[in-house]
Amino acid sequence: MTSLRAGDLGVLLTSGSLVVALTIWAWGGDRGDTVVIRAAGQVVETASLAQARTFAVDGPLGTTHIEIEPGRARIARDPSPRQLCVKQGWLTQSGQAALCLPNQVSLEIRGRTTAYDTLGY
Amino acid sequence: MTRLVIELPVHADDRRIARLAALAIGLTLAEAALPSPVPGVKPGLANIVILLVLLQYGWRAAAWVSGLRVLAGGLLLGSLFAPGFWLSAAGALVSLSVLALARYLPSRHFGPVSLSVLAAFGHIGGQLALVGIWLLPAAALIKLLPVFAAAALVFGTVNGLIVMRMLVTPTPEPDMSPDILAGTRKG
Repeated sequence: MTSLRAGDLGVLLTSGSLVVALTIWAWGGDRGDTVVIRAAGQVVETASLAQARTFAVDGPLGTTHIEIEPGRARIARDPSPRQLCVKQGWLTQSGQAALCLPNQVSLEIRGRTTAYDTLGY
Repeated sequence: MTRLVIELPVHADDRRIARLAALAIGLTLAEAALPSPVPGVKPGLANIVILLVLLQYGWRAAAWVSGLRVLAGGLLLGSLFAPGFWLSAAGALVSLSVLALARYLPSRHFGPVSLSVLAAFGHIGGQLALVGIWLLPAAALIKLLPVFAAAALVFGTVNGLIVMRMLVTPTPEPDMSPDILAGTRKG
């Protein structure tokens, strides 16, 4: 009766990991699971974030290269003069988007819940 | 004229349950006076009493003490049948159900700390379930879950350690002087 027993430690460890898991789940943000690629306002591709893939999308200025890795996606190359969408880097959270305006290509991450009903550019 | 006399026989068990319930109610009241950073995060000191009762007198006695505590606590705090009362009742109900199963855990490996932590999670689980169904949309609760779960873990562990310590030194129950129980102890 004077000390913790093996089962007690087990219960404490299990509860501790439950707390950690809850924290990550509730506060870790909504990691996206789908990528939506648009060109000139039209959806050209909807892909899962689970597998690594690359896409090449043509716009008025040239070809935008999009790179998907498990859990994240980015614009790898783009002919836009200021390279803003490329500099945004990897996107992971639901609702994040990279816009290559001169080339009219956009990359958007979607998750369980969409942060916005629609975005107008 | 006949005088109707209703006799309610009082057993030693009844007295003991009443005494222990009074203890739990006292702790509930003392705890209500403590400021809390988040509403609903409380040490749950009365659970120490419930757990001691469970380990020494069995689950039925613990259920009685817990039920009386919720009812009388609600009366004394002025929250009888208010939302807070129902949350308390839901927590106590789930906590007791968890204990009803957890008491069959082999005591060689599982001590009071296990029971206390499980009961604490049952308590907060019951309360949050009722809140989610009744008071707040569940989506708003998700962000609060880690806070409540961490509080259940910490306070459950501390309460369990206290129970463990109290079981080491046997309670001087038979020697407890009657005037303490009657509340007429002279200072």
